[in-house]
Amino acid sequence: MAMTGVLRPGHAQMRVLDLDESVDFYSNVLGLIETGRDAQGRVYFKTWEERDHNSVILRQADKAGIDFFAFKVDSDATLAKLEKDLNAYGVATQRIPAGELLETGERVRFTLPTGHDIELYSQKTCIGNDMGELNPEAWCASAEKGIAPIRLDHCLLYGPDIEKAQAIFQDVLGFFLVEHIELEPGQDLAIWLSCSTKAHDIAFVRHPEPGKLHHVSFLLETWEQVLRAADLMSMNRVSIDIGPTRHGVTRGTTIYAFDPNGNRFETFCGGNYAYPDQKPTKWTMDEVGAAVFYHDRKLNDRFLTVVT
Amino acid sequence: MIYHTIVIEETGESFRCAPTETLLAGMERLGKKGIPVGCRGGGCGVCKVEITAGSYAKRVMSRDYVSVDDEAADRVLACRVKPTSDLRLKVLGKMAKNVCRPQPAIAAAA
Repeated sequence: MAMTGVLRPGHAQMRVLDLDESVDFYSNVLGLIETGRDAQGRVYFKTWEERDHNSVILRQADKAGIDFFAFKVDSDATLAKLEKDLNAYGVATQRIPAGELLETGERVRFTLPTGHDIELYSQKTCIGNDMGELNPEAWCASAEKGIAPIRLDHCLLYGPDIEKAQAIFQDVLGFFLVEHIELEPGQDLAIWLSCSTKAHDIAFVRHPEPGKLHHVSFLLETWEQVLRAADLMSMNRVSIDIGPTRHGVTRGTTIYAFDPNGNRFETFCGGNYAYPDQKPTKWTMDEVGAAVFYHDRKLNDRFLTVVT
Repeated sequence: MIYHTIVIEETGESFRCAPTETLLAGMERLGKKGIPVGCRGGGCGVCKVEITAGSYAKRVMSRDYVSVDDEAADRVLACRVKPTSDLRLKVLGKMAKNVCRPQPAIAAAA
């Protein structure tokens, strides 16, 4: 399969209430690598395996949540084409100049009907990882520091009009629906969309308040590492929402937990493969508990209400 | 160890809370219920309470859920407040009515 167009999630900019406390958490507990700080005071991170300069950006603010979530596209030409396609579809876009984010080229930003800002970009400086690109070792010391995920994997966003967001991702950006929870015929509670062979690159849950973050997810390689992450969370008094457990949707293994200022994150492993020719998997409301938390088979009281 | 007594006015339930722990952590440690538990980090607002009597220390909380006026009127997040005396509180958070009852939340989501 040739991957073209939108390649993958690229970066997420998160709001935190106490920057120093959060930098310590993202560095030493989650185990991301700090790669820079800018004139605005924002702090940049990547995982040990990622090669581009940054994937998580923290901004001090007076409220928690997500500023924007971005996808990398395969070329400048694709960026220009998708910008034009979005405009033709009736979606207004804004160009953010190169360098506004460290080591990142021009970004095309647009606001979804769900209230979230999404960005596309084609350039971000490759700084490599500690193994290098020539005869690399299998892993390196930073692969064992903290939870140490492989990559920024996906996010789950809460807002109204999720079918309108779905249309933009499918009709303009080339994503496809992998799984959905049907609230009633013709209306979904939740949708999981992919631009790759991953189980999902972005997901949405219908929610009355716009622009809310449910979680940003980080990939681990094994269930053993998910259990190790749970131990590290307890050692470091991290606020765990639920887990370790398994999702029915994607059948990925998971822990939901919160960063020091209440932004939920996920340490995720496994998950099925998705291909654009597959029929979407449907879950119904009578099995919604198992869809979200496969072992408990019921939602916890926080799943539909606690967002930032 | 010094403990303060925290009383939830709606239910009359009380629990002991050390001055070194937040009201929410004290309640959860003992397996007690009454204040809805969300992110425990001052970000999501579900554990909002009004302190009706007593003194406390607080940390930064999301302005999405605690305005300047709220803060001045002792409407705060239980996850960011540590008691410095015995306290009484009322539960204000958005999950106060439906905590542990997901069905109404699904209806609201529709």
